[in-house]
Amino acid sequence: MTPVATPFFFYLLSGTMLIGGILVITRKNAVHSALALIATLLAQAGIYLMLYAPFVAGVQIILYAGGIMVLFLFVIMLVNIERTQKERQFNKQWLVGVVAAGALGGLFIAIYTKGKGIFPDRVMPPSNLEASNVQQVGALLYGPGTGQYMFAFEIASLLLLVAIIGAVVMAKKRI
Amino acid sequence: MQPIIDYIKSYLDSNQTPGGAGNVFWAFVYILLVFVGLSVAVIAMNWLERKILAHMQVRLGPMRVGPHGLLQPIADALKLLLKEDIIPAEADGLVFWIAPFIVVLAAFTVFVVVPFGPTHAITDMNIGILFMLGVSSLSVLGIVMAGWASNSHYPLIGALRSSAQMVSYEVAMGLAVVSAILMTSLNDSGTGTLSMIGIVQAQQAEGVWFVFKFFPLGLVAFFIFAIAMVAETNRAPFDLPEAESELTAGFHTEYSGFRWSLFFLAEYSAMIAVSSIAITLWLGGWLRPFPNWLSGSVWTLVFNLFPGITFLFLAGLCFYNVRRMPKHPYFKIQTMGLAGFGGLLGLIGLFLFVPAVFTRVQDIYWFSIKVAGFMYLYIWYRGTFPRYRFDQLMKVGWKVLLPTGLTVLVLTALAGFLDPYAYLEAWLKRLL
Repeated sequence: MTPVATPFFFYLLSGTMLIGGILVITRKNAVHSALALIATLLAQAGIYLMLYAPFVAGVQIILYAGGIMVLFLFVIMLVNIERTQKERQFNKQWLVGVVAAGALGGLFIAIYTKGKGIFPDRVMPPSNLEASNVQQVGALLYGPGTGQYMFAFEIASLLLLVAIIGAVVMAKKRI
Repeated sequence: MQPIIDYIKSYLDSNQTPGGAGNVFWAFVYILLVFVGLSVAVIAMNWLERKILAHMQVRLGPMRVGPHGLLQPIADALKLLLKEDIIPAEADGLVFWIAPFIVVLAAFTVFVVVPFGPTHAITDMNIGILFMLGVSSLSVLGIVMAGWASNSHYPLIGALRSSAQMVSYEVAMGLAVVSAILMTSLNDSGTGTLSMIGIVQAQQAEGVWFVFKFFPLGLVAFFIFAIAMVAETNRAPFDLPEAESELTAGFHTEYSGFRWSLFFLAEYSAMIAVSSIAITLWLGGWLRPFPNWLSGSVWTLVFNLFPGITFLFLAGLCFYNVRRMPKHPYFKIQTMGLAGFGGLLGLIGLFLFVPAVFTRVQDIYWFSIKVAGFMYLYIWYRGTFPRYRFDQLMKVGWKVLLPTGLTVLVLTALAGFLDPYAYLEAWLKRLL
C-alpha cells in the first residue's frame, strides 16, 4: 500500500492550519474566529493521520472539533456581535508579544538549522502501526510491563476531575 | 471484453475491501454505489415516512402523483430544485452558504467505514467506530452555523437547543459504545478492536450478538444508544431544534429550495448512519439471524433465498394493488405504471435467485433489512411519542442515560473479567 503521507498533503494541511490560525486572531467577528479555529483543528487531525496516529486524530475530531468548539460557539452565539465589532482588536502589550514571538521563532530557526544532531533523521514506523494503533496506545497506557505512562495519564485525569468539580462548585449556589 | 470480466471476477474473489487492497478504482466504484444507494434510500424513506405516518393517523397520505403517490418524492425533488434560493439580506453570507454543505459532508463521509459485508465496505479503519462518532458529531457544527448565520430568532434558538442536546447525548452514546467495544476483547489474545468489520467479526467469533451478551447488560447499552441516537439525529420525540409548533422549522427556517433539501438529505442519511452503528455494534452487522441454532447447508440456502423472496413479495403487493385499482379509464396509466413497477421488482427478485448473486449480496441484504427496521422505528416514534420539553430532555440525558451508561460500562468490565455466565452455566449443568 502506498503511503498517503506525501509532501502535497503536508503542505495542504499545514497551509490550512496557518491560514486558519491567522484568521482566528484577525477576524473581528468572534464566530468567524471560532470557525477558523475549527478548520485549524481539523487540519491538525489530518497531520496526526500523516504521522500514523489515527487514534489521536479521531480523538482530536471528537473532542475538539465536535465537543469543545461546539460549546465555544454556543457561548459566542449569545454575544452581541455589533458591540464586539466596534471594540479594539489589539491592546498595548504588543512589545511583550513581539519579544515572545521572536523568542519562539528564534527557537524554531535554531532547531531547523542545528537540530540534525539532536533529533534522529527519521524514525521508521513499525509495519503494523496503522493497523493496531489503538491497541498500542492502550498497551503503552495500561499494558502489563509496557504501561509506562499510566501514572502520568492518571495525574492528567485527576486534573480534569478537579476542573469538573470546580465547574460544578462555581455554577451551583448551594451544594 | 473478456479481460474486463476477468478483472471484475478476480476482484470479487479477493476477499478484501477496496481500501484494504489500496485499489482506487474499486474504492471509487464503491463510493458511487453507496452514494446512489443512499440517495435512493432517502427518496424511498421520504415516501415511506409520509405514507406510514398517514396510515398511523388514519389518513391516506400522498395519493395523487403516480399510483399510491409513488412518484411524490420525485415531484418534491423537482419542486425543490426549481424553487428560488433565498439568502436573507441580514444573513452572514459565507457561513449561511457553507453550513448545509458541512452537514451533508458529515452525514455522507461516515459511510466510508460502514460495513455492509465483510468485503462490502469502502474501507476498514483501525479507528472505525471512533471515526464514525467523530465525523457525525461534526454535523452539529453545520446546524449551529446555519442557525447563527440566518440572523433570525427562531433559527438561533433552534441552533442553541441543537448544540446543547447533541453534546449532552453524545456522552451517553459514547459510554454505551465503549461497553460494546469492551465485549470485543473477550477472545484469546484479550485485545479488542474499534474497527467496524472487526466488531462484527468478534460477534461472529463469540457466537452471540452483543445485544444478548451478558444479559441484560448488552440490552441496556443498546437501549441507551437507541435513545441517544434519536436525539443525535434531531428526530421526534427529541426534535426540539426544529420543533415546528414552537420554532416554525428551527435551524433551517430561513433556508429554501436546494439548500433546504441538502438539510433534508443530511438528516435522513445521518439516521441511516447511526442505525448502522447500532446494527454493527449490537445486532451483528451483516450476519444473518440464528447462524448457530439454524446452521447447516439447508438453512444457509433458505436464508440465502430471503433477498429474492423479499423482492418477489414486494412485486406481489404491487400486483395485488394493480387489481384493486379503480377500473375507470382515468386510472389506466397509473395502473400500467404500478404493474410495470411490480414487474421491475419481480425481475430484481428473480435475478437474486441466481446462486452467484445471492451468495455475494446476502450480507448486504441482512444489513439493509436491519437498517430498514430501524428506519421504521424512527417513523413509529414520530407517529407515537409527544415531543419532550427541553428540561425533560436534559434530565433524561444527564440524570438517566448517563448514570445508567456508567453503571453498564463498569458492570460490563466486571462481567468480562469474572465471566459470571460461565459459572452460572456450569452450576446449572451440575444441577440438572
